[in-house]
Amino acid sequence: MSQQQPAGVIHDIGYRGYDGPRLGRGAVARALYVHSLRGAFGLGRSARAKVLPMLLLGVMCLPAFIIAVIANATSSVLTELPLPYSRYAVVAQGILTIFLAAQAPQAVSRDLRFKTVPLYFSRPLERSDYVLAKFAGLSTAMFLLLAAPLLIMYIGALLAEFPAGRETTDVALALVGAVAFAIVFAGVGLVIASLTARRGFGVAAIITVFALSFAAISSLQGIIRYVEDDATLAGWLGLFSPITLVDGFQTWVLDASSSAVAPPPGSAGGVGYVLVTFGVIGACWALLNLRYRKVSS
Amino acid sequence: MPVIQTEELTKRFPAVTALDRLTIDVEPGVVGLVGANGAGKSTLIKILLGLSEATSGQARMLGLDVTTDGPKIRERVGYMPEHDCLPGDVSATEFVVHMARMSGLPADAARERTADTLRHVGLYEERYRPIGGYSTGMKQRVKLAQALVHDPEIVLLDEPTNGLDPVGRDDMLALIRRIYTDFGITVLVTSHLLGELERISDHVVVIDAGRLLRSSSTSEFTRTSQFVAVEVTAEPDTVAGQLKAAGLDVVRDGHLMVVPLEDESVYDIVRDTVAQVGVGLIRLEQRRHHIAEVFGERGSQ
Repeated sequence: MSQQQPAGVIHDIGYRGYDGPRLGRGAVARALYVHSLRGAFGLGRSARAKVLPMLLLGVMCLPAFIIAVIANATSSVLTELPLPYSRYAVVAQGILTIFLAAQAPQAVSRDLRFKTVPLYFSRPLERSDYVLAKFAGLSTAMFLLLAAPLLIMYIGALLAEFPAGRETTDVALALVGAVAFAIVFAGVGLVIASLTARRGFGVAAIITVFALSFAAISSLQGIIRYVEDDATLAGWLGLFSPITLVDGFQTWVLDASSSAVAPPPGSAGGVGYVLVTFGVIGACWALLNLRYRKVSS
Repeated sequence: MPVIQTEELTKRFPAVTALDRLTIDVEPGVVGLVGANGAGKSTLIKILLGLSEATSGQARMLGLDVTTDGPKIRERVGYMPEHDCLPGDVSATEFVVHMARMSGLPADAARERTADTLRHVGLYEERYRPIGGYSTGMKQRVKLAQALVHDPEIVLLDEPTNGLDPVGRDDMLALIRRIYTDFGITVLVTSHLLGELERISDHVVVIDAGRLLRSSSTSEFTRTSQFVAVEVTAEPDTVAGQLKAAGLDVVRDGHLMVVPLEDESVYDIVRDTVAQVGVGLIRLEQRRHHIAEVFGERGSQ
């Protein structure tokens, strides 16, 4: 073998064992979380894998930057941002959906397609740790994607010398709403992606579920609210699309500006939205664990 | 102390019994687990890793119970699955570093161990290229590297020679032997080929349809009746005569002379005799019974 080695290579000094620290399950799960989070933005992967997430991050921030510029240019006339923070997620839902559709399959379908999953489970990691790391990783990525433009708008608002106290409260509430958006999006996206080892199917299914459900529910809500004149029923319908669900959640809990055709109907509706939001997150967690219990090792 | 112990280990699937009251003890060394496809080899490995639950019976690895101490066992064990398990779009280095982290190594140690391990399994410059472009032999080496990167006490290798050509097979077998002799890591290696495991194992366990057929050390298999085969460049008759004169019971087998190996002095006698006659010595090698023969005899009973 030695003559095959290129000249200048240090001679084989024999096998050396490893006596250093072996970190436990928690540290392994954290390492997988960081790996998943970085992977969602293409960090630590090929240059090609970075293109789409970075492009989407840019596209996501561009409107926020324009809003910030407008606010500063017209600060003599305007006293608040042209778009409230809490509406940003719904306005930019297309970008969020594309990001999710691209990165949720990247997070889980790859391991299924290449059958790498058994290698994880032959290590100290438990199956639920794997699910938690992937779920948390993608949720954090979605949150960062949503938080970046909000912070740009916030800085713009401060530069435009809008009331700092009001802006801080608003952006803080919107960030809490962003957490809810991120977890629900990541959960639903991962459940869909984990069902198929084929990346393409995952991408198509996620876009279909998010875009179609929003379009269908919004038009139905419009018809029922304005044609049938039944705002209550229209409000309840919002539960059936992830985007209108979280929008209703933050409208009621965080007193955010609603972007939906019909907001949650009254207090009962608000409580319903909160329960369903937590229910969806819990269901995604349970379904993912169920899914990975069945992955053959 | 046995590193792997099973007692009456049974695994039933709805349609088949994969393991049927299997009781084995494995001492440190290279242990070959031989059986036809579907004999229950992979099932046994999965139970030992705590990834699959046994229907009944017990199994212990490194003195730990597989049903209760799964995570602790998996920290100290490496596993190379039979099937493809490598992502095609990352390099061997990136992949093995990641798997080292997943075994609990800190980031710096993971990098260092990855470089070492890839070198030991024989991957050099190509380790920076995406795995998707590797040959089967190189992929098997990466799979082996990810099982060794955290310096485990035992590695479980499931059909590591699968899909390799004869040369690749020999390289892989030599590498597996080194894992124990040079690295000091106990190896449990499965194969459906008896011949190849016989060459590298200290101990061979033969299972069939989930049942233990035979478990014994390789020396026990092959100890009985050892011979040396001698081949010379010229004058075989003279040499045979001289060897007989020296008190050896020579049997002619074509152009070969077969001499019973009573003790180590036989080698010296052969060397001296051949030198006296003044011819060249082409071959002086031990002949053994092969496990296949032993297994065949047993199988035909």
